[in-house]
Amino acid sequence: MDTALSILPWLVLFLPLLAAAVITLFTMNDRAVSAKLSIGAVCTSFGLSVVFIALAGWEPVQRELATTWLNVGDLQVDFGLRLDPLSLMMLLIVTGVGGAIHVYSWGYMRGDRSVPRYFAGLSLFTFSMLGIVLANNFLQLYVFWELVGVSSYLLIGFWYERPSAADACKKAFLTNRLGDYGFLLGIFVVWTALGSLNFSELQDKLVENPHALGAMTTAAGLLIFCGAAGKSAQFPLHVWLPDAMEGPTPVSALIHAATMVAAGVYMLCRVFFLLEIPGSGALTVIAWIGGFTALLAALIAVQQNDIKRILAYSTLSQLGYMVMAVGLHGPTPAMYHLTTHAFFKALLFLGAGSVIIALHHEQDIWKMGGLQKRMPVTFWTFLLATLALCGVPPFSGFFSKDEILAAALQAEHGSIGLFLLAVGVAVLTTFYMFRLVFVAFLGADKSEAAGHAQESPGVMTGPLCILAVPTVLAGFWGIDLLYGKVFVSGTEQAGKALTWWQHLASPFLHAPVAAACGLLAVLAGFFAARALYANAAQDPLPQRLGALAQAMRHRFYFDELYEATVIRAHDLIAAVADWIDRWIIAGLGVRGTHGTTELVGRALRLMQTGNLQTYAFLFVLGVALVLWFVLGK
Amino acid sequence: MNVGLEHYLVVSALLFSLGLLGVLVRRNLLVIYMSLELMLNSANLALVAFSRFNNNLNGQVMVFFIITVAAAEVAVGLALIVALYRKHQTAHVEDLTTMKL
Amino acid sequence: MHDLLFYLFAALTLVCGFLVVANPVSRNPVTSAMFLVLTIVFMAGLFVLLHAFFLAAVQILVYAGAVMVLFLFVIMLLDLKEEEQRKVKRLSLVCGLVSVGAIVAIFVKSLLATIPGTGRLDPRLEGATLPLGKLLFTNFLLPFEIVSVLLLVAMVGVILLTKKDLK
Repeated sequence: MDTALSILPWLVLFLPLLAAAVITLFTMNDRAVSAKLSIGAVCTSFGLSVVFIALAGWEPVQRELATTWLNVGDLQVDFGLRLDPLSLMMLLIVTGVGGAIHVYSWGYMRGDRSVPRYFAGLSLFTFSMLGIVLANNFLQLYVFWELVGVSSYLLIGFWYERPSAADACKKAFLTNRLGDYGFLLGIFVVWTALGSLNFSELQDKLVENPHALGAMTTAAGLLIFCGAAGKSAQFPLHVWLPDAMEGPTPVSALIHAATMVAAGVYMLCRVFFLLEIPGSGALTVIAWIGGFTALLAALIAVQQNDIKRILAYSTLSQLGYMVMAVGLHGPTPAMYHLTTHAFFKALLFLGAGSVIIALHHEQDIWKMGGLQKRMPVTFWTFLLATLALCGVPPFSGFFSKDEILAAALQAEHGSIGLFLLAVGVAVLTTFYMFRLVFVAFLGADKSEAAGHAQESPGVMTGPLCILAVPTVLAGFWGIDLLYGKVFVSGTEQAGKALTWWQHLASPFLHAPVAAACGLLAVLAGFFAARALYANAAQDPLPQRLGALAQAMRHRFYFDELYEATVIRAHDLIAAVADWIDRWIIAGLGVRGTHGTTELVGRALRLMQTGNLQTYAFLFVLGVALVLWFVLGK
Repeated sequence: MNVGLEHYLVVSALLFSLGLLGVLVRRNLLVIYMSLELMLNSANLALVAFSRFNNNLNGQVMVFFIITVAAAEVAVGLALIVALYRKHQTAHVEDLTTMKL
Repeated sequence: MHDLLFYLFAALTLVCGFLVVANPVSRNPVTSAMFLVLTIVFMAGLFVLLHAFFLAAVQILVYAGAVMVLFLFVIMLLDLKEEEQRKVKRLSLVCGLVSVGAIVAIFVKSLLATIPGTGRLDPRLEGATLPLGKLLFTNFLLPFEIVSVLLLVAMVGVILLTKKDLK
């Protein structure tokens, strides 16, 4: 690959960083310039990615571009870019969806006072995410992993004067940190056993000797999964994602729907070769955790009333789907779903943002209603995204979801339990999404603000329309084939050009049970939602389901549980540490020394009293001592 | 029991300690001085006892000198006390604290 | 007989010595002085028992007769009232007792552990005046003369110290 071409990936990575740096250093007082810099950087990165792929193809000859970074003893780590279909596709998603969201942000955040800080954070995030996607070794991945966590912290806590936002960003960072701790331990295990951190090298070593990790195979896999569980909000580290909705809506769209949370799934696919070592039980655990998270989140979403929270739990649920897919030995369906999810989830969030702005920052769906006629673009794009999410053919979500269901049914690694779980989740997904649509967009106006809503300006509806295109059509672009090239257990069909109808029918041909169940699930959910929520003025479920509905609304009390156990234990340890510091280290140590010195000083002061008898007494004592020693007793 | 050297020496030791106690505990200057004389006397007793029981008369000569010197010392010491009393109007040892290290 | 006298004089010496230091009845320095005189007298008795006759006489003449009289003169001169009832500091009492007790214990213990030998008594070594005088004026002539100078110096010093104003 000639030099000009090989510079492109580096530019793609570093342009957003440059934008962030310039904004932070120079243009913190100018909103328009900061926004233009940030938007320009990400769009240029997108353009350059497209150019690179056009010129070098999806599988460039030179798979890695690296420079030596660390050379310490046995360890040699590069700073490198890995270029295979997995990372290149992710490049397009991150820069493409990111670009649309950057443009949208300019409309959404226009009234805010700290616009430059926002765009600096957004650009920093883009840089970090690209770093994760392009990393070619564990250490670099970890560094950018943490950077993404930092950017998320900065952006969730963007409106830091609000205590809820400040708490939420802390929660996100700390929960992530917990997962990252396990991740780091996993990296250490891998490095100790295999002696390298580079992905290609590791993969080669494991192909040579599948049992190189020995007894630690499952443990290493699970520890690495901890990182993904933290970043992709799987149970039990899922508690931070709904609170992260305290950030601005474009941030939720970009970070907590399309890209950052997907980083966990991406990472699992990137190191899939570690997880699928024969004899490792890691993938089973991963699959069940993913499935459980999906179910849990879907149940909670059924009773949420804040539009962003519903979408947040939906994201959690879909992430569970993706993780479950990975656990079912299907990294291809997982990545496929990640891609389509990025499109339609971002679209859903941006649409929600449009509604929120139009109703002057109202987020309760029971105060919306009748927005179909007043905000048509928003409504129709939202509806398209909903259909995609529910898995209605011919939208993109149908194909990706179907592949996951098919993976659950396959003979070799599948599991009927997980299949039924997945179908159940699909029913719930359709149910709560159409609940949202019926209550928020259709029916009568439920509040004054809803009555006066107006369509959002072009700068916001433009990205909506742009994102609607892949939402609808991505199923036909053969993305799964692209991913299939990366994983050895790829697809059977090798790049045959299919007509539109053939493509649509293929899921029904390859895995008819899965496809049929999926469709039935959609229909069931839709009709249930329509029965309960079309024209409903308030939520009928709490009366019908009573305690269960309340538990759902309170997120199954996980936060309270964590507060009572983990937080309390942590506070206790902190209090003990504080006591030790205060009394033992400062008290005995510092003040003890001080006190001893003072005591000694006071004792020695007796020599200075001028009192004759004190001197005589000391004299006698001295004589007694001398006599004692001399007379040898 | 036959009285031997050690009996005299014990008496001397006890007398010495009584004098020492007086020096440490009493606060009237003159009484302290008297206790000091008591200590001197005990030393005299010890010397004479040793002289007797070791067949050496030097001890007694030493005691003679000690008595003489003690007399001179008492004279000078009392003069000092008188001078101090004239200056500070007190013969109480706790009021005389200028002798610091 | 000898032993009985010894115990008698020893007991009396110690009792009077104690009363010099710690008289429970009166804190008057004159009382202490009187008891010191008595102590000296009883010590003279002990000297006689040790055949140091000359010294016994000197003790009474010089110590009891001159030194203690001087003491009493000064007490009268200073016109000390009975020591004001300043509270006896318990700390100093305890410290004194402890330290003195330590010394006594060390002394007595070491004394009883080693028994110095007693030689045969030589009549020429009786502490009568003649043998002592002979020794004094032959072997110890120099110290004798120096002591006399010392007495002169002491006299001069006393006069100087007690002059009312030194112009």
